[in-house]
Amino acid sequence: MITLSGVTKSFTTNHVLRGVDLTLASGKSMVIIGGSGTGKSVLLKCILGLVPHDSGSITLDGQDVRRAERDAFLARFGMLFQGGALFDSLRVWENVAFRLMRGATRRPKDEARAIALEKLRRVGLGPQVADLYPGELSGGMQKRVGLARAIAAEPEIIFFDEPTTGLDPIMAGVINDLIREIVVEMGATAMTITHDMSSVRAIADDVAMLHDGRIKWTGPVSEMDACTDPYVQQFIHGRATGPINAIR
Amino acid sequence: MNPATGLLRGIGRPSLAALAAIGRVALFAASILGHLLRPPVYWRELGTQMLQIGWFSLPVVGLTALFTGGALALQIYSGGARFNAESVVPSIVAIGMVRELGPVLGGLMVAARVASSVAAELGTMKVTEQIDALTTLSTNPMKYLVVPRVLAATLTVPVLVGVGDAIGIMGGWLVGVTRLDFTSVTYLKNTVDFLEPWDIGSSLVKGAVFGFIIALMGCYHGMTSGRGAQGVGRATKAAVVAASVLILAANYLLTEMFFTS
Repeated sequence: MITLSGVTKSFTTNHVLRGVDLTLASGKSMVIIGGSGTGKSVLLKCILGLVPHDSGSITLDGQDVRRAERDAFLARFGMLFQGGALFDSLRVWENVAFRLMRGATRRPKDEARAIALEKLRRVGLGPQVADLYPGELSGGMQKRVGLARAIAAEPEIIFFDEPTTGLDPIMAGVINDLIREIVVEMGATAMTITHDMSSVRAIADDVAMLHDGRIKWTGPVSEMDACTDPYVQQFIHGRATGPINAIR
Repeated sequence: MNPATGLLRGIGRPSLAALAAIGRVALFAASILGHLLRPPVYWRELGTQMLQIGWFSLPVVGLTALFTGGALALQIYSGGARFNAESVVPSIVAIGMVRELGPVLGGLMVAARVASSVAAELGTMKVTEQIDALTTLSTNPMKYLVVPRVLAATLTVPVLVGVGDAIGIMGGWLVGVTRLDFTSVTYLKNTVDFLEPWDIGSSLVKGAVFGFIIALMGCYHGMTSGRGAQGVGRATKAAVVAASVLILAANYLLTEMFFTS
């Protein structure tokens, strides 16, 4: 279980997170929604320790993430980055097998490649792409490779940072279905950040709305449409008028 | 604001910024040295970087040294003719190439080629979140990206400088034999007789220091690159400028240290 209490983060005078309280139960899929620049990506990076939070606490199964042994802590996570963040200089299969070929759980090259091919197959990519470089793939294929890399070591917790941004609706649907299937199949805990309401409905068990550096509403996705929170209503219906300024 | 305050502020602000930048670079360098001493070492990355930085810089360093050695021979011959000292061409070419021009010009050419590419590569990796991705994959970016580049440059630039020195002397020999009426044997004998082992040793030490500076500047500016194409562009420019200026400054200090008693 991941618990955030009063988490704040500022960049000079820009107060991005102003006291975030949030709990993500093990085995659940939570989607965080909110406008651009509201700190959703920063929140994920604070949990992973990529960006140090200023105050408040973030715990994983009761242990403060700042005090956790770094390698063991990160080994529990997989992450799909918004732009894929694939390593340009490595072939597709080497990207997918990156973690498998390093560290304490290092595996032989042939075994790592076999696992990478299996993960690529799982996300709908054939062995013919394994020896290509990321620059030779389309945006949708890069997202799938990123997804294969995120699940390669079968992590307990997977973060998805805007998994469907920049994809056409069909490819976005494919990625949403893949994420849902993989999370259910692996029994993983998932946290996704997105603006895409079709992704929210496809992926989420629970939804949290982040606005102005705080969680405005959280609850099961089944209650999202019926909730009376004006921020959530404006966001999910994409209205220009409401409590959220359209121009920020 | 009165003019005196404005002047003080104008001097103080950039001075403080410069000191802060020196502090950040020093901490970055200390962090590299700390990582150098602790496993793991990524040998494959080190090999790749030695190839990229050392082997692929050989043509540019070799051509620079060849033409510089040739031009130096012509200049010394024509200048020496004013006081009947044409015979010093081989020894001055050898000493000039090995002590100064080989390491400095070689260092500057490698700075232009390597500091820029390292800063651009790491800067692009930063803005496309590849460095964050490395961290989430339990791989320390300093160990995986920075240490191999710094180690590779520190080990291969002295070799490049040594080869450049030899090619520069060869350039002088070619011009001396074909254009200045030296016999091959006389030219080579004068070169060998006047060159001392420490001339070569100092050249290689300079090469190692310049290699470290080049990779340090490339990595530092790449890892601290700003956002977007403009940020990467600025990082690349800053890396080349800083590496070039530091090479020239370090060259003066090393020359002062090695050759003044």
